[in-house]
Amino acid sequence: MYKILEAKTLAGNIYEMVVEAPRVAKRCLPGQFIIVKLDEEAERVPLTICDYDREKGTITIVFQPIGASTHRYVGLKAGDSFMDFVGPLGKPSDLCTDPLEEVKKKKILFVAGGVGTAPVYPQVKWLHEHGIEADVIIGAKTKDLVILEEEMKKVAANVYVTTDDGSYGRSGMVTKVIDDLIDSEGKEYDHCVAIGPMIMMKFCCLTTKKHNLHTIVSMNPIMVDGTGMCGACRLMVGDEVKFACVDGPEFDGHLVDFDAAMKRATMYKTEEGRALLKEQEGETHHGGCGHCGGDE
Amino acid sequence: MADVLKKVPVSEQDPKVRATNFDEVCLGYTKEEAMEEASRCIHCKNAKCVEGCPVNIDIPSFIAEVKEGNMEEAYKVISLSSALPAICGRVCPQESQCEGRCIRGIKGEPVSIGKLERFVADWARENGIKPEAPAEKNGHKVAVIGSGPSGLTCAGDLAKMGYDVTIFEALHKAGGVLVYGIPEFRLPKDEVVAKEVENVKSLGVKIETNVVVGKSVTIDDLLQEEGFEAVFIGSGAGLPMFMGIPGEQAKGVFSANEYLTRNNLMKAFRDDYDTPIVHGKKVAVVGGGNVAMDAARTALRLGAEVHIVYRRSEAELPARAEEVHHAKEEGIIFDLLTNPKEILVDENGFVKGMTCIKMELGEPDASGRRRPVEIPGSEFDLELDTVIMSLGTSPNPLIASTTYGLDTNKRKCIIAEESTGATSKEGVYAGGDAVTGAATVILAMGAGKTAAKGIDEYIKSKN
Repeated sequence: MYKILEAKTLAGNIYEMVVEAPRVAKRCLPGQFIIVKLDEEAERVPLTICDYDREKGTITIVFQPIGASTHRYVGLKAGDSFMDFVGPLGKPSDLCTDPLEEVKKKKILFVAGGVGTAPVYPQVKWLHEHGIEADVIIGAKTKDLVILEEEMKKVAANVYVTTDDGSYGRSGMVTKVIDDLIDSEGKEYDHCVAIGPMIMMKFCCLTTKKHNLHTIVSMNPIMVDGTGMCGACRLMVGDEVKFACVDGPEFDGHLVDFDAAMKRATMYKTEEGRALLKEQEGETHHGGCGHCGGDE
Repeated sequence: MADVLKKVPVSEQDPKVRATNFDEVCLGYTKEEAMEEASRCIHCKNAKCVEGCPVNIDIPSFIAEVKEGNMEEAYKVISLSSALPAICGRVCPQESQCEGRCIRGIKGEPVSIGKLERFVADWARENGIKPEAPAEKNGHKVAVIGSGPSGLTCAGDLAKMGYDVTIFEALHKAGGVLVYGIPEFRLPKDEVVAKEVENVKSLGVKIETNVVVGKSVTIDDLLQEEGFEAVFIGSGAGLPMFMGIPGEQAKGVFSANEYLTRNNLMKAFRDDYDTPIVHGKKVAVVGGGNVAMDAARTALRLGAEVHIVYRRSEAELPARAEEVHHAKEEGIIFDLLTNPKEILVDENGFVKGMTCIKMELGEPDASGRRRPVEIPGSEFDLELDTVIMSLGTSPNPLIASTTYGLDTNKRKCIIAEESTGATSKEGVYAGGDAVTGAATVILAMGAGKTAAKGIDEYIKSKN
């Protein structure tokens, strides 16, 4: 069992938990993920690592309830436990494994979308701890959904917050901020990391391509085992089939086939996916479609 | 008196009934049936069946005990050689191993060794008989990576010799392919697999789940920091292969590993579990091995019309004859000498069919099998909503890529000496699918057993 030491709401339906997992905390690096399983009946859910404390042996995770199992996390509080918690999985961010001298030469921009702000944070923090200051764009739908702004300001050179509805910070999508920073605010970057919903990463990549700015994205496709066995998380990157769990989760965003990935991600999620499952499963449809929340 | 040339028949669930449930197909012998079948053994002095067994169970001796009704004694004989008899009795390809060598088989049917082994193991379990833990521990620590057939066997054998053994398992449940791969209807998970895992634990073996060696901890950490003197790698096969044809990224295309893992490990077929699985109406499984049969029969039980699409003919099907027979009985349709060309996708990205081409057998290829060649102009479309690719796997890169000095071959399999399991790295042994590529449960067990001996000799030579 893996004990939950802290549990809190970050904003809206975005939750944060600190979980005791010494083996994971000992070795993990920013960019990697864990798989958590609440109890016997639950799904294996992949979540990117948002922070870690090697001394205390803890991992911080941030999630939004989307499937049957994550909906059941919402009621959990400090003192409760997850039955299974495994990691660190996937490859760490190149920024944390490439020679430090090389990384220090880079001018780095992070683009964080919504709950994607959480996995961006440990990368920026790691760089800060190694004497590298990066710029960060945080995008959210509205003011109440901006997370980790204060934490980010402590470790980043500049933080630019933007909201879709203009209720806080700048107004508009993160892509507009990228354009503004480069075109009219005199900023220069040669490395970008964009993490957020797939649609946001897709448009970020279209924008950075225009600026000839190398861009890394963190993919979060459907996974089952997460250890390189089932093949559910396959993606087209360039002309090759890649497995997010062992080859990723970070890839060159200019090579990822986002349209195919977004279609695959809707297998259990979209209207048609749900309709299909309902038609095919009838009364046996028991959640996990990513939308209906099980018996709700 | 029954016909001595024939096996005592074993009862099975009716095909029509079992096609709608996940309960075990084969119901096993009764005690009387087992004793009658045992009496068919002629107790050859130079028993060929023992040579045919990868773990060399003393088959004539255990059958002699069954014949007399001494089931506990029979179990003790088997336990000397095998840690997992209830599993092997169910999933070993006996027809090409022990039973394939049986003298009875020359003029009639061989003795039903597999079904007798299963009966003895089930009897022992039902009567609460467990293997005995060794009296004394020798104080040497060995780590085993993976709790599948090779790892459990290696760990069990080492524990019997007195070693302090810890198994590290990446998934949340012990058993490896026995849990995620082989379906419930061939190998019940709670009654059979979990109990055999418990038996290995009762020998003193510790199992730590949720540890991905290569990620959570490396082999070098285990050897240098955690005090293990030797490591056995039984990490199994890895990433599924795909064909590289158009449409493989469509929704409704699964690897057999994913499909089976959802159903077997995550129990998606049960209402009380969260993990979803698509209940296809018309499913094609591409491939002809045991895994393909397992995926096909699973899809059938989830309510689909199921086609096996295989490019060679029936004679070349790599699956066990019994599995093919069971699949046919249950109503699986075999589209043989047929090869997929393209998966057809609807406007929402879901599978709507598959274009296939008819094949014929041409000249023998390097493997000696006649090479299937396309018949020009014979393309046709199958209407489908699900395609399951069962084309084999390539080795998992996690361990080889994080272990200094561990050599792999050009297929990325770990190189290990056949007689000892030793790899290129001192103190590190390997066996099972991680070494051979996808093979059988019993071959993996044989490799685990060999490596246990190799590790014992290595540690003794150092001390």
